[in-house]
Amino acid sequence: MKRSSVLLAAVALLIVWQIAAWMVNRAILPPPLEVLTVFAAEIFGELGLDFLASLGRVVASMALAVVTAVPAGLALGQMPSLNRIFSPLVYILYPIPKVVLVPVILLFLGISDVAKVVIIFLILFFQILVLVRDQAAALRPELVASVHSLGAGRRALFRFVYYPASLPAILTALRQSIGTAVAVLYVAELFATQHGLGYYIYLHGSTLFDYPRMYAGVVAMSLLGLGLYFGVDGLQRRLCPWQFAS
Amino acid sequence: MIEIDGLAFHYPDGTAVFEGFSWRVAPGEAWAVLGPSGCGKTTLLYLIAGLRLPLQGEIRVGGDRILRPRPQTGLILQEYGLLPWATVRENVALGLRIRGFYGPDGKHAPAGEAVTARREITQAWLDRLGLSHVAGSFPGQISGGQRQRTAIARTLSLKPDLLLMDEPFASLDAPTREDLQNLTLQLRAETGLTTVVVTHMIEEAALLGTQILLLGRLPNRAACIIPNPGGADPGFRSSPRYAKACARLRQELEAVR
Repeated sequence: MKRSSVLLAAVALLIVWQIAAWMVNRAILPPPLEVLTVFAAEIFGELGLDFLASLGRVVASMALAVVTAVPAGLALGQMPSLNRIFSPLVYILYPIPKVVLVPVILLFLGISDVAKVVIIFLILFFQILVLVRDQAAALRPELVASVHSLGAGRRALFRFVYYPASLPAILTALRQSIGTAVAVLYVAELFATQHGLGYYIYLHGSTLFDYPRMYAGVVAMSLLGLGLYFGVDGLQRRLCPWQFAS
Repeated sequence: MIEIDGLAFHYPDGTAVFEGFSWRVAPGEAWAVLGPSGCGKTTLLYLIAGLRLPLQGEIRVGGDRILRPRPQTGLILQEYGLLPWATVRENVALGLRIRGFYGPDGKHAPAGEAVTARREITQAWLDRLGLSHVAGSFPGQISGGQRQRTAIARTLSLKPDLLLMDEPFASLDAPTREDLQNLTLQLRAETGLTTVVVTHMIEEAALLGTQILLLGRLPNRAACIIPNPGGADPGFRSSPRYAKACARLRQELEAVR
C-alpha cells in the first residue's frame, strides 16, 4: 500500500473524529486536537512509561512464541508420524479463545508480568505453530533431496531450506495475530497492575474521569498495534522479497 | 566410477525393487536408464546419490562406499530442486555456499579444496548457460528451460565427476528439451564427466546414452544393457541410425513391460 494513501486515510479518520466531537459536544468525546496535545505532553511522561511496559510485554511474548513454536512447527511439518500424534491436540487447542484463560493464568502465575507475557504467548504460539507446520509440510521432498545432494547436512539444511521456508509463515502469523495480541494485552492489563496502557486507559477513564488522557491512552494503544503491524509487514517485505515479486 | 554389487532395495510398502542387482559404470561413460514408470529408475539414482541406503549389497562410487551423499556427485531432478525464495544467482551459488559453510571437511565438501572466488565461479556459470539476464529473478518468474539451466549451473559449478539426472527435461516443451539435451552433451564433452540420465522417453535415452540400462518388471535382478554406439552425440539425432536405435529400444521396452 502506498504511504500517501495511508496518510490520507489517517487524515480522514481525524476529520470524522472532529465532526463527531462537534456533534456529540460532551466531555466523553474530546476533539482530536485536545487529545493529541495531551498525548504529545504525556508520551514523554507517565504515558510513555506505560507504552514501554506494554511494548515490552508484547515483544517478549513474540520472541518467546517464535523461539518455541518454530522448531515445534518444523518438527511436526517434517515428521508425519509426530504430527499424527499431536495434530488432534493442536486441532482442539487452536480455536479456543485464549483470552478466557486470563483468569486461570492469573490464578496460577499471579499478577506478575510473567502472567501477561504467557497469555499473549499462548495466542501467538498456536498461530505460528500451525502456519509453520503447514509450510514445512508443503516443502517438496525433491527440494530437500537436491539440497542434501549438494552436500548439506542437518545444519545447512536448516540454514538454507527450513529457516527461509518458515520465515514467511512466522511473519504472516505474527502480522495476523498482532491485533488479537494487543487486545488481549489490554484485558490482561486491567487486572492488578500499575503499568501498561490498559491500566492507563482504565485509570483515567473509569477512575479519574480524565477523558482527554483516556483518549491519549487509546491513541497510544492504537499506535502500538499499528506500529507492530507495520514493523512486521516491513520486515516481511525486506526478508521475503520473492513473495512480492510478480 | 559406479560399482553396484548384490543390491537389494524395497519400497516402504515392502515391494522388492532390486534383488541381487549388479551394475558397473566406467569413468567418462554416458549412460541412459530407461524404463516404464514405477520400475525403480529414480530409486536407483537416489541410491547412487546416497539419498537412500541399500537393504543389502553395496554401492561404491569413485571407490568409496556410499553411505551419504558424496560431494563429487551432482544430482539434477525433474523439478522443484531450486529454492523458490532465492534468486537465480543465489541458487547457482548455493552449492558453493554450502561448501563454504562446512569448509573442506571431506564429508560435506571435498577435502583440501576450500571454496575461493565464489562470485566469479557463479558469474562464469551464469554466463556459460545464458542466465545473466535473469540472475536477479526468482525461479517462479523464469521459464522451465531457464530453471533447468539454473539447476545445471548450480551442479556443475561444484565440478562433479559424476552427474546424475532424473527426468531432467520431462516437463519442457520439445524445442527447449532438444536445446537442453544438446547443451548437456556439449558440457559432457567439455568436462569429460560421467553421466547417468534417467528417462522414460525412448528418444531421449537413444540420444543421451552410449549404453542404455533397461529396467522393467519388479524386482530388477540382472542388468539388461543395450549398447547404443551412436549416442551421446548431438548429430546423432538427425542420422538414420537414430530412428533404428529408437525402434529397437521400443521393442525392448515392450518386452519388459
